[in-house]
Amino acid sequence: MPSMIFSRRTALALSAGVLALGLAGTAASAAEIKVLNWQGYGTDEKWALEMFQAKSGHTVTHDYYNSEQEMLTKLRTSPGVYDVVLINSIYVGDAVKEGLIQPIDTAKITNFADLSPVLRDSTSFNHDGKAYAVSWVWGLTSFAYNSEKIKAAPDSIATIFDDAAYKGKLGMRDDAVEAVQIAALATGQDMNNPADLPKIKERLMSLKEQMSTFWSSEDEWNKHLAAGDFDIAVYWSGSAARAKKAFKLPVEYLVAKEGAIGWFDGLTVATKAPNAEAAHAFIDFMVNPEFYVKWDNDVGAPASANLKANAMLPEDAMNRKVLGDEATLSRVKFMAPLSDDQRKAYQELWDEVKTAIAK
Amino acid sequence: MSARQRQRQAVTLLTAPAYLWLALTVFLPLAAMLYFSFLTVPPIGNRVPALTFEHYTAFFTKYIYWYNAWRSFELGLWVTGICLLVGYPAAFFLAKRISGRWREALFLLIILPFWSNALVRTFSWTMVLREPLDLLFTYPAIVVGLVHAYLPYAILTIYVALQGVDDSYVEAARSLGATKVQTFLRVVLPLSMPGVLTAVFLIFIPVIGSFMEPRILGGKNAIMLGPIIEGQFMTAFNWPLGAALSFVMLAIILLIIALCSPLIRRYARVG
Repeated sequence: MPSMIFSRRTALALSAGVLALGLAGTAASAAEIKVLNWQGYGTDEKWALEMFQAKSGHTVTHDYYNSEQEMLTKLRTSPGVYDVVLINSIYVGDAVKEGLIQPIDTAKITNFADLSPVLRDSTSFNHDGKAYAVSWVWGLTSFAYNSEKIKAAPDSIATIFDDAAYKGKLGMRDDAVEAVQIAALATGQDMNNPADLPKIKERLMSLKEQMSTFWSSEDEWNKHLAAGDFDIAVYWSGSAARAKKAFKLPVEYLVAKEGAIGWFDGLTVATKAPNAEAAHAFIDFMVNPEFYVKWDNDVGAPASANLKANAMLPEDAMNRKVLGDEATLSRVKFMAPLSDDQRKAYQELWDEVKTAIAK
Repeated sequence: MSARQRQRQAVTLLTAPAYLWLALTVFLPLAAMLYFSFLTVPPIGNRVPALTFEHYTAFFTKYIYWYNAWRSFELGLWVTGICLLVGYPAAFFLAKRISGRWREALFLLIILPFWSNALVRTFSWTMVLREPLDLLFTYPAIVVGLVHAYLPYAILTIYVALQGVDDSYVEAARSLGATKVQTFLRVVLPLSMPGVLTAVFLIFIPVIGSFMEPRILGGKNAIMLGPIIEGQFMTAFNWPLGAALSFVMLAIILLIIALCSPLIRRYARVG
């Protein structure tokens, strides 16, 4: 397989070279595009950027964010700095409303027809008949566990939350929305509009003894698992695949019977992008199967929105095995946009929970 | 123009850039935040803010805010107290008992933490606290990390104060019949108080606002007012509440300084 990729890459580099010769006159249009994304989330893979530069002549630099709010804040306060921005589906609507991103010229995305219609045509990405985001990857927020310490995977959130076997070994992300949604699933409520917030608060407060620590970044999660700080923790499916593949950690992923949070991410172009043209080219490169298959094989990635790319993965890939399973998928609830008031209420609830746990 | 007038003019001209710079970099952002703290929503994007006092009343009416403010204060007391308890004897020995090369070497060791990045230092602590000590993600872990970070302030300021205490005062007290303990309590300690007070302010104020060390070392015990304010800015997009909580904190600190000012004036005169 690697030799095949190599030869394909060589062929690509050659053809890119030929193309560059032919387009020598336009070489001056090579731009430097600035991408805003989570760190280590595909767009900043060194080999990918080299591949993209060979193809298009454009170079890519990055800036990172640690929360969606930080991403929106950066877009609001620095217009004209960023070209391509990765935005989770539920925040695309906010970004459109505030005029932070511009409509996508879908004619420039050659892979657009191959993208899963469920994600591509979702109302989160399309506003006033215009597409504002190109669906890139999707995945789950559920539980990942240390397969060396936990031999038989628990099948319900109730077990994970209450079984003495996981006492002091549970981890959750320090994120109000994620915590409330997981607890909503655990208490059998609508994850996107839970009717009984006090019940959720109570359920989360009951984790005082079960909880080891909160995590805030992928890097931190991997360190915590490796050090034995926690053995089972809420995690993102793509990051779990990466932890197993790239960092060789004993990580397996599970979807409990109460369900899991589904999410999908889109690539967008900032309103005042200095290089909108090159930004489109970069997005097209990112949704291309050639990039994705190598990303998932070599590094580990979330599931691709490109159906052709998913079909090209090996049979045993986590993205085909766990996320491709029909029965698992039927338990997934996709996240809907949140109002400012919901977010404020969740944050207050989460601060109350953390205070009770710390006491 | 008299010489005096000319001098005043020169001073004004020479210090003006510094004051202007301070006004621009400190006062303006603070003023913007003060304005934000009275709005219902941040005036960013297409939101239409209205004036409100609700974020200030929230601090006093909602348990999580004032309780966590108290947690921050408690942490400040612990860290400042331990820094003084450890730092004073260390500074005393450095100033009065050790000299020459040894003193230089010890100084280097004390200042060393300052040269490393705070984040790196904190992550190094996670390793030590996890394995042999089994303290990671506990309250003492936060205290240990912060004491290590702020101890140099205590040692250095108290050292400077003790250097200024003339040894002949000690000899005089001893020759007049004071015991060693009496000499220390009645002569040396009062004379070194300016250093102690400086250390208290240098340590207490940043510690009650700290959020990085609590989060990394404290795990689930990390919640304080600092991390709550950070959460309002970084995850809830509730800048007004975050700003209001910061200003309440600032007001409380100023109140404490005002209450302590007779003490400060007294010892400042002695020093």
